[in-house]
Formats: sequence, structure tokens, C-alpha cells
Amino acid sequence: MTTLVQLEGATRWFGSGHTEVVALHPTDLSVAAGELVAIMGPSGSGKTTLLSLVGGLDRPSRGRVIVAGQDVGALNPRGLAVLRRRTVGYVFQDLNLLSGLTARENVSLPLELDGRSPGEARTAAEAVLASVGLTELGDRFPDDLSGGEQQRVAIARALVGGRRIVLADEPTGALDSITGESVMRLLRAHCNEGGTGILVTHDAAHAAWADRVVFLRDGRIVDEARPAPSPEFTASASRPELATSGSDAA
Amino acid sequence: MSVRYGLLALLAEAPTHGYQLKTAFERRTGSSWALNIGQVYTTLQRLERDGLVEAASSGGDRRDYRITGAGRTQLEAWFATPVVPEGPSRDELTIKVLLAVAASDVDVTEVLQRQRTASVEQLQAYTRRKAQADPEKDLAFLILLDALIFRTEAEVRWLDASEARIRHVTRPRKEAAR
Repeated sequence: MTTLVQLEGATRWFGSGHTEVVALHPTDLSVAAGELVAIMGPSGSGKTTLLSLVGGLDRPSRGRVIVAGQDVGALNPRGLAVLRRRTVGYVFQDLNLLSGLTARENVSLPLELDGRSPGEARTAAEAVLASVGLTELGDRFPDDLSGGEQQRVAIARALVGGRRIVLADEPTGALDSITGESVMRLLRAHCNEGGTGILVTHDAAHAAWADRVVFLRDGRIVDEARPAPSPEFTASASRPELATSGSDAA
Repeated sequence: MSVRYGLLALLAEAPTHGYQLKTAFERRTGSSWALNIGQVYTTLQRLERDGLVEAASSGGDRRDYRITGAGRTQLEAWFATPVVPEGPSRDELTIKVLLAVAASDVDVTEVLQRQRTASVEQLQAYTRRKAQADPEKDLAFLILLDALIFRTEAEVRWLDASEARIRHVTRPRKEAAR
């Protein structure tokens, strides 16, 4: 499996001397193509720091963060900007959609900023809006969309142009549980198609859509959850007593 | 208790026999609750004794039952009454955490984290089943999964809150000791 995100002893501290605060102790983490990883932990445990390092919004104080083969710490600002426009998409809790642009324009904006022609950007935006089930709503402005629809636009914007890595910071925070679930289904689908997702959430039910749930505490990974064996709800169908009574009834 | 009302609810739709009731009950509850056929017949006998169902026919070796007026009244009352727990639950996890908090040689945070990991792994397993289910055909199963998921999620929230409370109490003490 291709590793798309790799942290090697990635460390982040702020300040120095006796005012030094370590937000992330040396951390190793590797996320493959096709994997969805959720990060959970109390406030101040380093979740957002970790996500910012992967997204190239911040650089490690020590150690390496390698995203799609590129060492984020070694990239110049231009290189970081290119990484964010072409490889890594962000979804935030407060959607950050531009209210003066339609859904489609919001989604095509990253491509236009990357120098693609408006026609090409529009076609790509329509394709990705269709993939999140919003074909009909491309001409709407964010204020005319529900919270769930706005979050789907934000996901479309994060994925547009074939960006493989999507980073989501509490993407379901403001949504009711069923709408939040539809957002998780989209992230899951992105990863099932070979993309990679890293999700920060305090909601265990949404984290459970991930292949792995990483627990952070005080800037350290303290544990990791992987799915338990599937529960056998349909065991009754294979129980001998049912098979017997079934044949009796027949 | 629920089997009794489950059978009444099914008989309120149409008269039928024991084996049919067993399979219908299992289907309605998302196959989560396998009924023993003996249990179905015992429950039917009690319902008949209490005048809530009666024999509708006994064609051959099969005996069909139908709900009575008294049965409908009891069923309506059951649906209309909310389920309220009778007292604080005494489940093992709650007791374990409470005892861990009190014990001086147990790392409570570790106990909480081990449980949190296990609960999230359970949630992941439920969620995988949910991801494979059909929203229309498997409606009962999805609603059942939601029940299990939200209960487990509540457990994780409780673990998080417990940890936050413990940190709140122990942190300042440690800092003062320095």
C-alpha cells in the first residue's frame, strides 16, 4: 500500500526555555492510500497541531512530515501553497465557504487559483458536486443551502481536481447525527476509492467510520482502535434449532 | 416482558401461528433477538390464560391465535407508556471506574483509555455493518444499530467526562507539589 502521509518523530513546540510548550511530542504515524484515520483526544491534546502539520499550515520544530512524497518542512511557501492546492484539501467545522460565490464557484475556486482555465475548473467542479449529490444545487449561494448541504460543498471543494488527501477538523460538529453521518459516508467513499482522510473529531460515533482511531493525550499518541470482529446479529439464521424448525414447517 | 408485547403487536395485525410469530418477531427486530420456539409457545399460552389472545382456528397441527379486545387495550397502553429505568444501573463498567478512582494503586486514566479503545472498536464494528446496510430494506436493522451505536457513544462520552473531571481535580495538586 502506498503511504500518503508519514510523520517521523514529528515534534512541535512553541516558545523556548521556561516558557516552552510542547504541543506535539515526537510522533510517528503513517497513513496509507485508502485509509481513513480519526484522531480523538481532549482539548489541547495536539489534534489540531497534528492536522496543521499534515496540511502544511504549520511546520514541525523537529522531525519530518512527508505528504505525498514531499517533506513538508523542507518546502518553501510556494511549494506549500502548491501542495495545498493540488494534493491536500481541508474541511473545517465552520465551513468557510465564500458567501458571495455560488456553490459551484466555491468549489472551482481552488482550481482557478491554481491557474486552470475557468471552463476546465467549472467542469471539474460539476463532476465533484455530482459525486457529493449536489448536481442540482450548484447555482445556489451558501446562505440558501442547509448546514449539511454546505458541508457537502466544503467537501467537494476539498476534493476538487483529484486531491487525494482530505483533512477534516470537526466536520460534523454543527450537524445533526443523520446529516453528520452523510458527511462521514462521503469521507468513507473518498477513501474507499483510494484517497486518504484524516479526521479530527470528539464524536466517537463519527470517528467509528475510520479504519483506525488514534487517541492523543498531552501531545502523545496513547492508543489506537481498530474495528472489533463484526457482531453476529444474524446468528439466528444459522442456528441449528431454526434450521430444524424451518424444515419442520416446510 | 417485551416478547409478550412483541407477540401481541404482531397478532394485532393478523391472526397467525407460533412459528410464523417467531420469524416475524426476528425480522422486525433486525434479527437481533433470536427467539426460542418453546418460548413463543409458552408466552402464547400465558397470553391465552390471561385472556389477551384466543385460538382463531386449529386446522390440522397448526393453531392460529388472534388478539382479543383486552389484548388490544394492553398493547395500546404499552406503546403509550415510556420506558423508565427503575434505578441507577449497576453495570460492571461503572463500578469498575468508581473503584479505580478510589484505589490508590490503580492508574484510572489507563483504565479509562483501555475501555475507550474497546468501546470505539465496538463502534467501528457496528459502523461497518451500518455502511453495508440498505437504508430501505434494512430499516429495522439500521434503527437497531443506531441504538447500539448511541449507547456505546454515550459510554465514550461518559469516559471522556470522567477523565476530564479527574484531571481537573488532580492537576492543580501535582503542580502545587512542584
